[in-house]
Amino acid sequence: MEATIATIVATAAPLVYATVGETIAEKAGVINLSLDGSILLSAMTGFATTYVTGSVMLGFLAAMLVSMVIAALIAFASIELKLNQIAIGFVLTLLAAELSSFLGRPYVGVRGTSVPHWRVPLLSDIPFLGKVLFDHNLSVYGSFLALIAAYVFIFRTKRGLELQGIGERPEAAFARGIPVNRMRYLYTVIGGALVGIAGAAYSLDVKFGWRENLTLNFGWIALAIVIFGGWHPVRAAFGCYLFGALQVLALKLQPVSAFQGVSQILPILPFVLMIFTLVIVYLDWFRRFGERHPRWRRLLSSEPPAGIGRVFERE
Amino acid sequence: MTHRRPVLHFRAGSRLIAVALALGFTSLLVAVAGASPIETFRLLWDGSLGTGDKFANTVMTWVPLVLASAGLVITFSAGLWNIGVEGQIVMGAIAASWVAREVDLGTAGIITLAILAGLAGGLLWGLLAGALRVYGRVNEIFGGLGLDFVATGLVVYLVIGPWKRAGIASTSGTDPFPREAWLPTIGNKLAPIAVILAVLAVVGVYALMRGTYFGLRLKAVGANATSAFIIGIRTHRYLLAAMAIGGALAGVAGTVQVIGFQHKLVPAISGGYGFLGILVVLLAAYRAAFIAPIAFFFVMISVGSSQLSLRLGLDSSIGGVIQGTLVLVAVLVGGWQAQRARHGAVAVED
Amino acid sequence: MSLELRDIRKRFGAVRANDGVSLQVEEGALHGLLGENGAGKSTLMKVLSGFIEADAGQVILNGRHLEMSSPRDAITAGIGMLHQDPLVFLPFSVLDNFVLGSPNANRVEAGAELRRIGAGFGFSFDLTAPARSLTVGERQQLEIVRLLWLGAKVLILDEPTTGISATQQALLFETLRTLAAQGMIVIFVSHKLEEVEALCDRVTVMRRGKAVGDVELPAPMDQLVEMMFGRPLEVTGRKPGGPGEIALELTDVCVDDRLVSLEDLSMSVRHGEIIGLAGLEGSGQRTLLRTCAGLIEPKSGSVRAAGVDLTSRGYHHHLSSRIHYLPAGRLEEGLIRGVTITEHFLLAGEQTGPIIDWAEARRRADEMLREHSIVGTTESTAESLSGGNQQRLLLALMPDDVAVLLMEHPTRGLDLASADWVWNRLLARVAGETAIVFSSADLDELLRYSDRIVVFFGGRVFKVLDARSTDSERLAHLIGGRDVA
Repeated sequence: MEATIATIVATAAPLVYATVGETIAEKAGVINLSLDGSILLSAMTGFATTYVTGSVMLGFLAAMLVSMVIAALIAFASIELKLNQIAIGFVLTLLAAELSSFLGRPYVGVRGTSVPHWRVPLLSDIPFLGKVLFDHNLSVYGSFLALIAAYVFIFRTKRGLELQGIGERPEAAFARGIPVNRMRYLYTVIGGALVGIAGAAYSLDVKFGWRENLTLNFGWIALAIVIFGGWHPVRAAFGCYLFGALQVLALKLQPVSAFQGVSQILPILPFVLMIFTLVIVYLDWFRRFGERHPRWRRLLSSEPPAGIGRVFERE
Repeated sequence: MTHRRPVLHFRAGSRLIAVALALGFTSLLVAVAGASPIETFRLLWDGSLGTGDKFANTVMTWVPLVLASAGLVITFSAGLWNIGVEGQIVMGAIAASWVAREVDLGTAGIITLAILAGLAGGLLWGLLAGALRVYGRVNEIFGGLGLDFVATGLVVYLVIGPWKRAGIASTSGTDPFPREAWLPTIGNKLAPIAVILAVLAVVGVYALMRGTYFGLRLKAVGANATSAFIIGIRTHRYLLAAMAIGGALAGVAGTVQVIGFQHKLVPAISGGYGFLGILVVLLAAYRAAFIAPIAFFFVMISVGSSQLSLRLGLDSSIGGVIQGTLVLVAVLVGGWQAQRARHGAVAVED
Repeated sequence: MSLELRDIRKRFGAVRANDGVSLQVEEGALHGLLGENGAGKSTLMKVLSGFIEADAGQVILNGRHLEMSSPRDAITAGIGMLHQDPLVFLPFSVLDNFVLGSPNANRVEAGAELRRIGAGFGFSFDLTAPARSLTVGERQQLEIVRLLWLGAKVLILDEPTTGISATQQALLFETLRTLAAQGMIVIFVSHKLEEVEALCDRVTVMRRGKAVGDVELPAPMDQLVEMMFGRPLEVTGRKPGGPGEIALELTDVCVDDRLVSLEDLSMSVRHGEIIGLAGLEGSGQRTLLRTCAGLIEPKSGSVRAAGVDLTSRGYHHHLSSRIHYLPAGRLEEGLIRGVTITEHFLLAGEQTGPIIDWAEARRRADEMLREHSIVGTTESTAESLSGGNQQRLLLALMPDDVAVLLMEHPTRGLDLASADWVWNRLLARVAGETAIVFSSADLDELLRYSDRIVVFFGGRVFKVLDARSTDSERLAHLIGGRDVA
């Protein structure tokens, strides 16, 4: 049981990075739809860089850089050219995925270094929790840190409040002297950096290696989870662990004889289930349920930032 | 997200600039990968148009892409991001495969039924995403994505389960359909019926958007659903209709894939034509008139690029890279020109 | 302390919003900036507050040239602006709104300051309440205190009396007088002569992007009117006719619409009658209009038109019963961006077969353009029209035989000529038996055109009045929830 939960926590770590990153960008009002492609290209770049240089650190940095460039491109297209964020994000997601296949070809199937494992002294000796939380690879601890840092930053700091303001009502933020578009660049790129880490965490930790379409569809799931999480990093993380649990479950069912005939579709199931969990959250009656029961409201409410996807232009 | 349909302004110049920039970028990539750019483009050309057979192959790849793109023009007009198009192609393919496997009515009967079944399969799958959006307020991007996953799961299940090849379950596909279920061809590959379907779809969508009340209302709903509703349009019906038409055309694309090209059901039956179609329509600035030539250009790249892996050792994804770069650059250049036009309006007046 | 704006120029596309405007204000003075909608007042003030950058011109505070490239520069220089729609973050708490953007990080201190400064003017705040729950007047109070806390020495108020009650307005005016007396520069922007007269010591009048006069108050009314409009004021009045049959009838209607719930509402509108809906923004007027239009389904009660029960039949059924609804957001809930005028007429008109005859459609659109004197071509898109022309187009899109016309803010943001034109058209329709129910924040408009006025307060009907025996003072008190008669 402990081992299973620990596996779930480890499996979900890259998704946590990605959803936290996307949450930050969307809180600032920019939708980075390129996640699926960004993660793939970052995973490839991270692995290739580590393979060539032997440094996991450099691998992560290169992966971050790639997704930061893509995020910056989306911010640029949206802010300077007033282009639709969805359109540009979609094009970039396909392009990045193809690029990862094209450029990653020499690295398919080779063995590389991976993220070091580190048992946290003392903490890992705590019964149950120690095994679940404190006996992991370094990138898993990083996902905890990213999650906590994002939560504290967004909801407990002055800058975080400004970030929320930029996404909620950019005109009002601007009137208060906040350089809205410069901040949107900043937060979109920071979000991109976390997405890049997510990619590297897949190829250097969770999946150990590179092959074509290594992380296919994880980016879409991350995008869905951000909505499921109601633009709240902690709720989004809950979604990530739920998805991780589904994945681990599917993996455990594969050798079960009753599922032999359909074992090849089991890996698809978590995606289906996760998306439809989201669909249910979306559904009208579910929302109305939230409105009718104030105690559940806080937990279920998922209003997007009012200025999301909208270009800010000073007249 | 009221104005979801991006307004893109394209001029002839921007397309040429985009093509030039995209070719420049790809040349660079190819050179970095250690091959000659000129040789690469020559092979792309040869691989897609070099011989009669290759040309037929290219045309047969063009058909499903054009069908899916034509459907996407309709959904984009209604302001919908029909990411579910991949699933709609798959469901069309599954429905057509069922007819091809189970029905025995002679060639004409089977083919007519298969096309109708494929159309219905895609239509229902599109309608389902539409209903989720309209009645459940589920964003069509995620509803469609979920339905894509379901369709993928279903096709894999069929191929390795109930419809598996005699003796062995393998993801390489079902047994080939009986010959009567194949679209009749001229020469080895070219199926005139498929080409006619594609042409009909383009002409039909063009006429619908250009000259009918239905098309105009669709455009109104896509540009501003609230205003359209207040003006008196029953917006729900139009959103559903757009998803149904888009799905139906995607379903026909799937049908052509199974009975005109693969002649069996394979897991990757959509061929990625759904997402590729979105790129085509973005590059065509949502106008039906442009999709046929753009789709042909894209297909030349896709088909030709499979030659590259054989001859130059380049990954065949180079085709996707070229297509993606092309659309990215075109969209950026278009945005830049529109931006200049907005500022230019002031300058001209002075 | 003195403030000077010198030769400010700003253009949007072909429109010269500010065409070389100069303005001089001394400390301790309540300075009015008067002009019609579209005269360029807001643009000038947005330039002064750094919200938009001028094409040319200078801002000089105490003899020092200010470099104004963003609101940050204005705040640093001590210039603060209260926008017409107070720029608060609706889901955020009052305290979050207060501290957002300020350099001071201590929330406890900030909260105490908010209470202290507010108490000085008689404002009180619930720090944890979301800004959404505040009235427009309270949002203004929050913004004023915030600007003062940030050290504003110049305070600009853009049309601050729109949407607030008489009590809140009295409190606001008192606050502004106190601030001016303390040596601040206060600029009060308004298109309402009476308000400027009542409050200000001096006034600059703007017309068509230019400052056309600068006078000490009190000054003769005629002189100000002439400066504002360039001609003596003439407004079409209303000759009431005898109302006809009942056109629309609500019986014991209960509606739940988020923050607003109407209960046991019964009222009827007759052909040839005009009913005005008064009240602060969000008090229930919109809910009533949308219920009448069939956009909101009543929980109980019935909606009947010309004897036919329309309850729960939906908007499009109401439309076919010739009940039309014209919301306030012209480009949001009326016209469609990117769609041409010809296409708008096609969308709103009767369909003739599935195929469009474009030549005929253009000809008919052109006819309508001329008939409604809309400045634009058949191929103009909706967003390229001015606000006045958009409203004309919206009216032109309505068929002639409308039975009940439900309108929100029929003349909001329009200059006087356009507003007068709109009402002329509406009155012609009323003479032709149409019934009109309209909401407005302009008390004069309500009093001038209505037969009866329904006053909303706090999400319910507070009072129903005969318009001819009411004056604007009583109405102003009523919309603030005080019945002083």
